[in-house]
Amino acid sequence: MYNFDLVRPSTVADAVAALGDEDAQALGGGQTMIPTLKQRLASPSKLVCLSGIAEMTGVRSEGGQLCIGGATTHATVAAEAGSYPALAEMASHIGDPAVRNRGTIGGSLANNDPSACYPCGALASSATIVTVKREIAADDYFQGMFTTALEEGEIIREVKFPIPERANYQKFVQPASRFALVGVMVAKHADGVRVAVTGASENGVFRWKAAEAALNADYQAASVDIIDASADGMIGDIHGTPEYRAHLIKVLTKRAVAAS
Amino acid sequence: MPKDSGIGASSKRREDVRFLTGKGNYTDDINVHGQTYVHFLRSDVAHGRINGIDSSAAAAMPGVVRIFTGADFEGVGGIPCGWQVTDRHGEPMQEPAHPVLAQGKARHVGDPIAAVVAETAEQARDAAAAIEVDMEELPAVIDMAAALADGSPKVHDDLTSNLCYDWGFVEENKEAVDEAIKGAHHVTTLELVNNRLIANPMEPRVALGDYNAGTDEHTLYTTSQNPHVIRLLMGAFVLGIPEHKLRVVAPDVGGGFGTKIFHYAEEAFCTFAAKAVGRPVKWTSSRSEAFMSDAHGRDHVTKIELAMDENGKFLAIRTDTMANMGAYLSTFAPSVPTWLHGTLMAGNYTTPLIYVNVKAVFTNTVPVDAYRGAGRPEATFQLERVVDKAAREMGIDPVELRRRNFIKPDQYPYATPVAVEYDTGNYDATMDKLLEISDHAGFAGRKAESAARGRLRGFGVCSYIEACGIAPSNLVGQLGARAGLYESATVRVNATGSISVMTGSHSHGQGHETTFPQVVAEMLGIDEAQIDIVHGDTSKVPMGMGTYGSRSLAVGGSAMVRATEKIINKAKKIASHLLEASEGDIELANGAFSVAGTDKSVAWGDVCLAAYVPHNYPLEDIEPGLEETAFYDPSNFTYPAGAYACEVEVDPDTGKVEIMSFAAADDFGNVINPMIVEGQVHGGLAQGIGQALLEAAVYDENGQLLSGSYMDYAMPRADDLPFYAVDHSCQTPCTHNPLGVKGCGEAGAIGSPPAVVNAVVDALADRGVTHIDMPLTPSRVWAAMNG
Repeated sequence: MYNFDLVRPSTVADAVAALGDEDAQALGGGQTMIPTLKQRLASPSKLVCLSGIAEMTGVRSEGGQLCIGGATTHATVAAEAGSYPALAEMASHIGDPAVRNRGTIGGSLANNDPSACYPCGALASSATIVTVKREIAADDYFQGMFTTALEEGEIIREVKFPIPERANYQKFVQPASRFALVGVMVAKHADGVRVAVTGASENGVFRWKAAEAALNADYQAASVDIIDASADGMIGDIHGTPEYRAHLIKVLTKRAVAAS
Repeated sequence: MPKDSGIGASSKRREDVRFLTGKGNYTDDINVHGQTYVHFLRSDVAHGRINGIDSSAAAAMPGVVRIFTGADFEGVGGIPCGWQVTDRHGEPMQEPAHPVLAQGKARHVGDPIAAVVAETAEQARDAAAAIEVDMEELPAVIDMAAALADGSPKVHDDLTSNLCYDWGFVEENKEAVDEAIKGAHHVTTLELVNNRLIANPMEPRVALGDYNAGTDEHTLYTTSQNPHVIRLLMGAFVLGIPEHKLRVVAPDVGGGFGTKIFHYAEEAFCTFAAKAVGRPVKWTSSRSEAFMSDAHGRDHVTKIELAMDENGKFLAIRTDTMANMGAYLSTFAPSVPTWLHGTLMAGNYTTPLIYVNVKAVFTNTVPVDAYRGAGRPEATFQLERVVDKAAREMGIDPVELRRRNFIKPDQYPYATPVAVEYDTGNYDATMDKLLEISDHAGFAGRKAESAARGRLRGFGVCSYIEACGIAPSNLVGQLGARAGLYESATVRVNATGSISVMTGSHSHGQGHETTFPQVVAEMLGIDEAQIDIVHGDTSKVPMGMGTYGSRSLAVGGSAMVRATEKIINKAKKIASHLLEASEGDIELANGAFSVAGTDKSVAWGDVCLAAYVPHNYPLEDIEPGLEETAFYDPSNFTYPAGAYACEVEVDPDTGKVEIMSFAAADDFGNVINPMIVEGQVHGGLAQGIGQALLEAAVYDENGQLLSGSYMDYAMPRADDLPFYAVDHSCQTPCTHNPLGVKGCGEAGAIGSPPAVVNAVVDALADRGVTHIDMPLTPSRVWAAMNG
């Protein structure tokens, strides 16, 4: 790891100010950033730690939505997001206990790892990403592998989750990393079904709209039988071929519907 | 009533107190005044010509003490190979040079090119990044078949090809085997891969070199399973340091699994550089470095044919294997696919004719050497897979087919056609026990219950045998070993009766500090707590060969028994003097010497005190003191054997395999500490199941390690593994060592991979699946089902 300065602001305003410096980088729970630094793959001059900002932590309800502060850990979401059981369940299976007690929802969404769980949860839920500058709909936020709508220095203050009528997340783990080899979240909202897929695509998290249409017509697992996810653009690596990942998308979608 | 001390007691592991409370003393815990740190600049290409190295900018960076390259090692020996294999034609293997730092070419990703010694580890790393290497990338040789093809680029330009050796065993049997296969009722053929593994001990390697210019003495602290072997190889063959000027210390070592047997370049570098810079030099491997510099294991590609008569009686076996050596010959690499592999191809069976061909191949990958089981897992895997396939093809139950071919208890000693003689065993007994503890009879009901839940259930068995207690020195000498494989022990009785046992064995997780005192305590009738084990320091213990090949108790323990017997003999002489009785009448029991048939006795401690305070002592007959040394060279290998069963469920939608139960019935001969034996089996099973389901070191075509971290190399975790049913009540004691012990360290890793794969193939047999190569990842299983 190269040397850097560490600042620990206690307010969002101070954090935004600190991030104004050239080469400053936000530090959420550090579960991706710290390993990256240790491998010397990044060399920020300053890390701005977000975990001490009280106004960015915690879980609350507002207007029928679940609002989670950007610096809230996975363990806290697992314990306190009881009004959205599928999301709490998702949080309870991210990484291992050490990861869940350091890693944050804002960090995960800002990183947008193509195999991470929260992007899938946010997209299926039609969540709103609230930053220090604006509100971004999940459909506009995720822009490809490790790419989001966030601008330089823009911090995720909060994430607002509408609570679906029914929802379930199915994660099929990659055996080594235990990230999602494929993960599928199905959420049935009053205004329609959303199916989000992580782990599978070379373009990051995406919505499987063919399945959404089939489930909007008839919300049962068998509705997915007649469609197949395409292997085009799916990830192929030592853990699974594109065809296998495409197959898993269908299997997991059906299981999520059945379990929702 | 289980014993609470001595042989057969499950004494608690005394070393765990310090390991679990952070009081262990590992190599990285050792720091020497004035210490510097080295960072190795490693090749990031698999094969490249080094046209120049410019370290001038790096040398000027803060804290840099000195920068070394291959040129600094001109005139220094290379890393030696400890075993020379002779090929089918009577010619020695091709043996390339292995410089401490690369000279001329880099031959695998991770090959050290330069080394920066600096005041801090960070400064060394910073400076290494500033070294400019003019590297001309060459085509990488990765695939073994391609490496052997005409016109392949060569890993070593001065060798005739990438073929290290073409070994045939037993060469005189070749024609008879060919004939038997040609004329057989049925021949079952199987092509398979034994996947390449990375040992991943919890503690990465560390080396710390120190040099005292005042005494001209070198000290190397290192993470080794065998410090004397390192002293011999490095002192005699690399650096030219005589033993009395070279001390090698391997303190607490956090797991070895074979990969810490070998002499590595980093050890030689730190020892050499400490003298060159006049200060101690320390290297601590990062986990990333471990992936690309620790010797890997396995990596065989095999075709095996099994010929049978109409009753399923095995007539002949023929195997054809390519074994990956990697870029250089690691210390014992040539022996693994040959003498540790071919000699086990008879397994538990009476097959009369066997021919094993092995082509060892150089590639631009990390060197491959022994990993838990070393050759024996590769032999067992192919044999037990082909037997299972044969059972299916012949329509014979797989357990029944094995029983028809087992060597029977009245056939021992049994000479196999592959040059070893099994001294004892009872394979039907372990199979009976296995079927009992695995509830084989209830499998059909469980399979139906699984099917009702949409799951495919399978049951797989495996018989195994291994050759342990390595090894008779005269025999291995004939086979090409450049070392003896005896073991040593000194039993030092102190003046008030406590004992220090200096053993040449080395514990890096096996629990010697607990089990070895159990043996001595049993022999002397004293408390285990009065006995301590000293190991891992060439300045403290007699020349010994270390720990691997499940040899510690069978060979090292035997040496300790012999030394203790000498102690008892001398102590009886002293006691007979003190008791004024004839030596022949002295009996030792419960920690006291007594005169047979009388109430006269003298306590153990009083005899010891007399030996060191010899006021009333037969000085004219015997010397004062009570300390004895013994060297023990075994007359044969030991042959642990047994049977394993695995039961799995496969999810047909995803290909995911779940192990529902795993049972192991082992015959280890006599058992000193049942709890530690069980722990050894558990560990072996975890690694064997890891190989079967999870682990694989995978290179891409350019020689980049795709599974170069735990993000992609899947180590088994607790929730990947079932609870085990483990039994070692079937005991046919070894006939030729004093404890009747056989060794238990590797069995789990040998017997479990075929049991797991046999179970999965059984689950999928109705879908036409006959084989899947390890690891049986969900993706591979799904592809096999839908192939």
